[in-house]
Amino acid sequence: MVRYVIEKILYMLLSLFVLASATFFLMKAIPGNPFQSEKNIPPAIQQMLMEKYGFDKPVWEQYVHYIGNLLKLDFGTSMKQQYVTVETVIKSGFAYSVQLGLLAMIVSVAAGVLLGLIAALNHRKFLDGFTIFIAVLGVSIPNFVIASALQYFFGVQLRWFNVTGLNGPLDYVLPVIALSFLPTAFIARLTRSSMLEVLSADYIKTARAKGLSGRVILVKHALRNAIMPVVTYVGPMTANIITGSVIVEQIFGIGGLGKDFVNSITNRDYTLIMGLTLFYAVILMLARLITDIAYGFIDPRIKLIRGRGGA
Amino acid sequence: MSEQTLKPEQFAKLKKSEHAGELVVRESISAWKDAWIRLKENKLAMLSLVVLLVITLLAITAQYMTPYDYKTNDLANTNLPPNSEHWFGTDSLGRDMFQRTWMGAGISLQVGLYAALVDLALGVIIGGIMGYYGGRVDEVLNRFCEVMYSIPSMLLVILLIVVMEPSMFTIVLALSITGWINMAWIVRGQVMQLKNQEYVLAARTIGASTSRIMFKHLIPNAMGPIIVTLTMTVPSAIFAEAFLSFLGLGVQSPAASLGTLINDALKAMTVYPWRMLFPAVLISLTMLCFNIFGDGLRDALDPKMKK
Repeated sequence: MVRYVIEKILYMLLSLFVLASATFFLMKAIPGNPFQSEKNIPPAIQQMLMEKYGFDKPVWEQYVHYIGNLLKLDFGTSMKQQYVTVETVIKSGFAYSVQLGLLAMIVSVAAGVLLGLIAALNHRKFLDGFTIFIAVLGVSIPNFVIASALQYFFGVQLRWFNVTGLNGPLDYVLPVIALSFLPTAFIARLTRSSMLEVLSADYIKTARAKGLSGRVILVKHALRNAIMPVVTYVGPMTANIITGSVIVEQIFGIGGLGKDFVNSITNRDYTLIMGLTLFYAVILMLARLITDIAYGFIDPRIKLIRGRGGA
Repeated sequence: MSEQTLKPEQFAKLKKSEHAGELVVRESISAWKDAWIRLKENKLAMLSLVVLLVITLLAITAQYMTPYDYKTNDLANTNLPPNSEHWFGTDSLGRDMFQRTWMGAGISLQVGLYAALVDLALGVIIGGIMGYYGGRVDEVLNRFCEVMYSIPSMLLVILLIVVMEPSMFTIVLALSITGWINMAWIVRGQVMQLKNQEYVLAARTIGASTSRIMFKHLIPNAMGPIIVTLTMTVPSAIFAEAFLSFLGLGVQSPAASLGTLINDALKAMTVYPWRMLFPAVLISLTMLCFNIFGDGLRDALDPKMKK
């Protein structure tokens, strides 16, 4: 188990290093210097800016400096907003994104498992078909369509919710629904199919034969096993929610990290793009790591296989 | 066992005509035909296929259906609601939305198709090499894939497009840089399973070259999972392109994809909601059909996987 986790962490660090190097050299590959596009900047000041950001040094020296700074968790300073460090941007925006993201995750898991369960228990009946339909719809409709439709009907037309902003508890409703639509659909499908598989397993028949009550069988025997694939989905779900948050924050005008990311791309603020990309990557990889470890804990079979090396 | 005595009379020689029992009367059904029969029974999947064909057809022919084109500005007629002249209305520059929507559908479909084809080519070659040679080659390539795979693909795609100016070519290129890995893994698994079967051994014994074994024996037999992966790649590429458009990194004006149209419409959605309607419905419908058709295809090609 320990060896398994260490291996995963080493992989993660290697991937991060590759991504960091890729971002660095990609940004260097852009023709011209980043200050050329600014109007009214005399060559002398451009020169000073170049020196300030260290762009006058050879590329390999900049690279070593950049990686060195990353090791010190220093992501650098924004190129377009004076004196704003990437760290400040992350600190100010992250709180909103985390709140929305975690809420969306909780909603998706709860709603998804419930829907999947209902579908599996009503196999080949109306409720099953209905759930599958909702699930297919959920993975098919892009979340910007869902977000803007929600905003239009419930915000603009019905006026039940504020159109933009995140000032009261009610303001969370629409963005969270928009964010959790796709993961809910996915989890419902996963739960349904694994539940169907589990329900026809021999140990369920044994439990029935022993005369256990339906609820005990359902919760203790079936659901606990059926929920396993859902745990593996936590990694991809984090990715979905991050891409979703970029869109949802923009549409609902929430000043979270996703909105900063869009702005940094529109402004071609290279240090900010690089910093946020790496930050997102770290979060995603952590989510995957947690999934791997959690899976090892939940499923004793995996622990046995992986436990050979050390333990 | 009851005792039975066999008498010679019981053994009679068959007449010549009775050898017909060995003839296959029924038309032989290949695996593909079999899959097609199963697919035809799935009404929903067939409906999706028809809808997809209609969308493709309209994306090609819509430009000849009305007298307008996708890029001519008409500042006297901006933001019109749908009417008999402009069937889907006009946008903020007075461009005909009917033409732009279908052009957008065409571009979105092309992005999906090209991305899937590049994934197919790279995935089959690299996955084939990994599965066929195995050992050290497989290990090195597999590690490489794992590192690439653990980099969040969307972030890499965004970075690439920021660096290389957005166009259909760069979008497809960026999507394929990480997209092929999944395909490669699927081909690898299939090839590993198939390469030890007798018919491959037989082919090798009679001296078939590696490339012949690969492309005549292994890949055709792995075609089922490959095709299913392909149909699933198309909608995810369409979605990725729409997401890039949302970041302003999509196909550049005056050309349009469904994603850029939706992004443009969002800015004025409270005032001109109909500009959003057609592209949004079309992209959702396309994705829906691809998903349903892909599910149906998987059930048809691999009946064991059907739940």
